[in-house]
Amino acid sequence: MSRIEEVKQNLSEKFPVGDFKFYYENDNDVVVVPKANILEVLKYYRENSFYDFLMDLTAVDYSKYPETQEGRYAVVYHLFSSKTLNRLRLKVFVQEEDAKLASATSVWRSANWFEREAYDMYGIVFEGHPNLTKILTHHHFKGHPLRKDYDANNQQHCSDVLPVHFDDGSRFSPVPGKDLVPLNIGPSHPATHGTLRVMAALDGEKVEKAGVELGFLHRCFEKMAETHPYNQVIPYTDRLNYCSAPMNNIGYCKAVEKMLGVEIPLKAQAIRIILAELSRVIDHIVCIGANAVDLGALSGFFYLFKLREQVYSLFEKLCGARLTVSMTRVGGMAQDPPAGWYKDVLETCKSLRKGIDEVDRLLTENKIWMQRTQGVGSISAEDAIMWGYTGPCLRAAGVGLDLRKAEPYYGYESLDFEVPVGTTGDVYDRYLVRLEEMKQSVKIVEQVAKNIPAGDYTIRDKSIVLPEKKDVYGNIEGLMNHFMLIMKGIKPPKGEIYDYTEAANGELGFFLVSDGEMKPYRLRVRPPCFAIYQSFPEQITGGLVADVISVLGSMNLIAGELDR
Amino acid sequence: MTEQKVDAFDLQDMLNSNVMTTRVEDWINWGKKNSLWPLPYGTACCGIELMSVMGPKYDLARFGAEVVRFSPRQADLLIVAGTITEKMAPVLVHIYEQMLEPKYVISMGACASSGGFYRSYHVLQGISKLVPVDVFVPGCPPTPEAVLDGVMLLQKMIENNVPRPWKDNWKGPEL
Repeated sequence: MSRIEEVKQNLSEKFPVGDFKFYYENDNDVVVVPKANILEVLKYYRENSFYDFLMDLTAVDYSKYPETQEGRYAVVYHLFSSKTLNRLRLKVFVQEEDAKLASATSVWRSANWFEREAYDMYGIVFEGHPNLTKILTHHHFKGHPLRKDYDANNQQHCSDVLPVHFDDGSRFSPVPGKDLVPLNIGPSHPATHGTLRVMAALDGEKVEKAGVELGFLHRCFEKMAETHPYNQVIPYTDRLNYCSAPMNNIGYCKAVEKMLGVEIPLKAQAIRIILAELSRVIDHIVCIGANAVDLGALSGFFYLFKLREQVYSLFEKLCGARLTVSMTRVGGMAQDPPAGWYKDVLETCKSLRKGIDEVDRLLTENKIWMQRTQGVGSISAEDAIMWGYTGPCLRAAGVGLDLRKAEPYYGYESLDFEVPVGTTGDVYDRYLVRLEEMKQSVKIVEQVAKNIPAGDYTIRDKSIVLPEKKDVYGNIEGLMNHFMLIMKGIKPPKGEIYDYTEAANGELGFFLVSDGEMKPYRLRVRPPCFAIYQSFPEQITGGLVADVISVLGSMNLIAGELDR
Repeated sequence: MTEQKVDAFDLQDMLNSNVMTTRVEDWINWGKKNSLWPLPYGTACCGIELMSVMGPKYDLARFGAEVVRFSPRQADLLIVAGTITEKMAPVLVHIYEQMLEPKYVISMGACASSGGFYRSYHVLQGISKLVPVDVFVPGCPPTPEAVLDGVMLLQKMIENNVPRPWKDNWKGPEL
């Protein structure tokens, strides 16, 4: 349902909307705002509580787009209201020679890193930004890689690592009268689970100042997506949040399907739910297991990883791959599950249930675990929203927002499950929320696996879905169809869409711009843990150095999703 | 003093149970092979599979490589599991240089071996450009069995003293 008239009405009371453009496209409301007004509009929306979330901020380079736009670059804001569930996309065009824009950091704190990323990728300058520096590419990198004139294969080498520095752009320096010690953790450190780098100035055991550096796993997902056909992007999405790969497949395919205007069969929806919920369980397993192991609880890790192996065995049975399954296709699934698979799923659910209870008994009332996690990394609901938290970390802070309930897809509305909510947002609450979510996910999987709808696992639209192999090798129509689809690809109509799912870490959004060709013109991922990690330096400042690890583990930072 | 006679059969028995003849080289190689201390340099998806390799089901400990060390100074096997980006490259070299001899490198997965399907502006196109790699394990990510196979292949190389020109001629990258 379009609310664009309402939005127009509302804005016209405050602004001269003659230069504004309002339109509705692919289920999204869009307002094109003149550059001079954008900060005022954002302020107006935030201060009057029309939208409390700045979900995403990104840019698009329209220089190769078939239709000339008002400027070379567009800066795109995605707003969301957790109360009314309304969403709005704001677009601001900026010219190539004058790619400058007022920074939104004074309105939303979450804008900080998103603006830095847009600057890094496109060279758009946000005036008034506190520390507009590169965020993903290395410090010797020249140019802005997501511009259309930057060659995807043009590597630039890096020879050294930056010294300890902080988020306001300053370096470590001694303070008279204080005995500060610089501390560097990572990027290769057992507690950073991948490639995070945390830097701090310590005053004894206390963190005086903190900073993080990311981009150590920036493998150019968005550029790769622009250079590959729609179906070939699916394996790249696997490697975003590799702890729950199927969820990324689903999020991406759902966005493309919505753009194409197709509805996938009920059976495909059911299989997707099973995959998504099993992935949610293993994602939370990795998070809790690793968090506990960092605080010294090794046995929990072994209990949990035994469960995770069982789910991987299920995936292996389904498609041959364990971690990066790439099981979805645009239009449905890649194949039917093998005979007896649903029975195996139900069996696994039983042992998952048992295993989760075991971990519950191991940790929940464990004295050391409680003392290390309670009151550590607390955050209020308002702050969490300000930073753009979504998923378990937001729910732990007391906001019961879950897209499966709020904006259900694939039949989540007819399933019986509950959304756990915490109170203080500390590490312990995050753990409790994740633990309960695992139980709820198992419950969802059981409900779905018991009632798999009959029918096909994919739509059979010849311009979207490849024919089955027996047809490709068996008859000329199948062969031609296969050949044509591989050579010409899927071609969604020109346009844009922002679509989202509830992934293990929160709202996983895909902003897709199509120019009507076989490759996405622009594919933007809204990574949930990127927004959460932004608040990390502030969360650990003033705390003990031992709590740094505790908070870090509870945020479930997956480098593939963070750096893309 | 009465002459003591040693029974010939007794001597043979004693030698059989207490003495082993070998070459020093083989003896050392046997030790090296069975006490690999890996440094799991997991950066991405392969790092998650490496956790499975170390975990309860596949259990790398069964093959004499169980003492996982996160300090390069205590490790002698560097398992590079995951994509190495241009930004990460100097860190990788730094870690390799800190390891003490004898040291070995396993490149786990397509990204570490060749950049994988990330032919892109910020990804190093194969770690062998920077450090000498002994074993490449293919896969994206490789199954845990494949990683175990890679470790066992390395153990065979150590046991048989396979020449390692890539290591001997390594001069360090021109960063």
